[in-house]
Amino acid sequence: MIYLEIIKVAFISLSANKLRSILALLGIVIGVTAVISLMAIGKGTQERITSRIQELGTNLLFIKAGATTIGGFTGQAGSSSSLTFKDAKALKDPLFAPSVIEVAPEITIRSQLVFGRKNTNVTIMGVTPQHLSVRNLEIDSGMFISSPHIETYSEVIVLGSQVSEDLFGFQDPIGEHIRVNGKRFYVIGVLKSQGGSAWTSNDGRAFIPLTTAFFRMQKQKVSGGNINVETINVQTKDLEVLDDAINEVSTILRLRHQIGNDDEDDFNITSQEQTIETLRETTNTFVVFLGAIAGISLIVGGIGIMNIMLVSVTERTKEIGIRKAMGAKKKDILFQFISEATVLSFGGGFLGVVLGYLVSNGLNGQAILGQESFQTVFSLEVAILSLAVSAAIGLFFGIYPAARAAKLHPIEALRFD
Amino acid sequence: MLDLKNIKKNYRMGVIDVEVLRGIDLSFESGETVSIVGPSGSGKSTLMNIIGCLDVPTEGTYFLDGHNVADMNENQLADIRNSKVGFVFQTYNLLPRISALSNVELPLIYGDRKNLRERSMLALEKVGLTHRYAHKPTELSGGEQQRVGIARALVKNPSILLADEPTGNLDSKSSKEIMDIIKNLNKESGITVILVTHDLSVAKQAERIVSIRDGKIVN
Repeated sequence: MIYLEIIKVAFISLSANKLRSILALLGIVIGVTAVISLMAIGKGTQERITSRIQELGTNLLFIKAGATTIGGFTGQAGSSSSLTFKDAKALKDPLFAPSVIEVAPEITIRSQLVFGRKNTNVTIMGVTPQHLSVRNLEIDSGMFISSPHIETYSEVIVLGSQVSEDLFGFQDPIGEHIRVNGKRFYVIGVLKSQGGSAWTSNDGRAFIPLTTAFFRMQKQKVSGGNINVETINVQTKDLEVLDDAINEVSTILRLRHQIGNDDEDDFNITSQEQTIETLRETTNTFVVFLGAIAGISLIVGGIGIMNIMLVSVTERTKEIGIRKAMGAKKKDILFQFISEATVLSFGGGFLGVVLGYLVSNGLNGQAILGQESFQTVFSLEVAILSLAVSAAIGLFFGIYPAARAAKLHPIEALRFD
Repeated sequence: MLDLKNIKKNYRMGVIDVEVLRGIDLSFESGETVSIVGPSGSGKSTLMNIIGCLDVPTEGTYFLDGHNVADMNENQLADIRNSKVGFVFQTYNLLPRISALSNVELPLIYGDRKNLRERSMLALEKVGLTHRYAHKPTELSGGEQQRVGIARALVKNPSILLADEPTGNLDSKSSKEIMDIIKNLNKESGITVILVTHDLSVAKQAERIVSIRDGKIVN
């Protein structure tokens, strides 16, 4: 028998019992639909997170002060006071650090902001004017912190959009005074909303001059006249020179901190790329996990097909006998039933791909839980893979019933009623 | 052309061996019509299964067109059934879900597929059923179904037509039609016809009657 004929025969016998065939393939349809839509949601979430981070700039390095070690306990990175404002200034050196184009040191403080009877608890960043360009911030109204503010330790503050809304509502905050830890600060600007999740967004932050933050807001003070900073943001020329920049920065810092050749750095350099990579790995695990769960339902679907095929073989014993009497060989019967199982599961897989495509497209941009809308990415590779897997499942789960059919003795099969 | 020598067949029923055929010597000439008669349990069905290559004897030799069928494996038997034997069954044994024509095509799809459709239509023409080729078996009368069965048996031009109670389920008018078709085929194409029956009026229409009782030929 040629293949086309086999498939035709498979279709005829499957359509003879339409309801049963549809129920048998439903398991595979649901499995494939689940695989495709869950993978689409997983991929979509992954892309959304990485693109958010990329919006903040990928050509960034973060230098954090090393961890303090007290009595064998190692604290959080940035907890020691090894990085200073001077270090930051030294990094912007066209000769020794040609890959670096901008440097923005920062300090963070958590504090309460009070305006009138309203108050809000926010993260306050002590920053320099360079922070605006390095972290891709945009001014909505007013201005950002500038050099004179740094030099004069001015008590001025720039608000994130959310903070501004919380304290002032629709009122214009520019020129108003707010209290930060009991000190009066003059609002000079408001940032544009960046949206996105809280941990990447600057909407819920406020910005004051680095010097003000260090000298006026912190209790623990000077170490030999230096201004200690927690993080130095370094913007590199582009992504290609990221590694060069890491080398340049660490050379300069090691020299400045007088670290011997065999000693370890007292600072940490991470890149935005590394952050994205770590995140991607984490979310990959999540995506694979979702896929695996959906894959289990595919196997369940395969068992459903095997069940139906076993019933079908018993029911059609007589047909098998007739075919054998007419000269069908073992392999002809084997092929016939395997192809039926495969047509069934492949058909189910195909329907599942169509359904999965519709579901993932339907979910895209739909806000179902909370305000965050779904982002889904339909992946052709996943579709092809699930089609192949469902065909393979039919093949695998069809073998046993088909072998049982092929083994039947023609006389006994003919006698069957 | 067909030569059976000392054919024995034992079946195991639980712990005891039952001898169904106890040494049958039988031969058929090409173009002959022969009836095999005997009461039920005499072993005539078993003999028919062996002649039709659905089963192999426990002992003895069976030469069909010069090949010893008793030594053949399953695949070789399937080939012989496909090319040399045409079966006609008492209960027609048509596949219910496909058309008369597709039923007739059945032996062809397991062998030489050349001109499949034309050869099948030709076989239907021989039994006078071309006009009903698209009908499913359930839409045909018993006599018509048996004619489809005969067309299916003929489609590969086999050397033997093996009919097991071909008229057993039919009224006398249809029975006569079926027997006329079979006799005509024998006359026109010289096919060897072996009829297994217990209906003496059918058996008598053959040139020779072989009686079988308790696994032996009693003539």
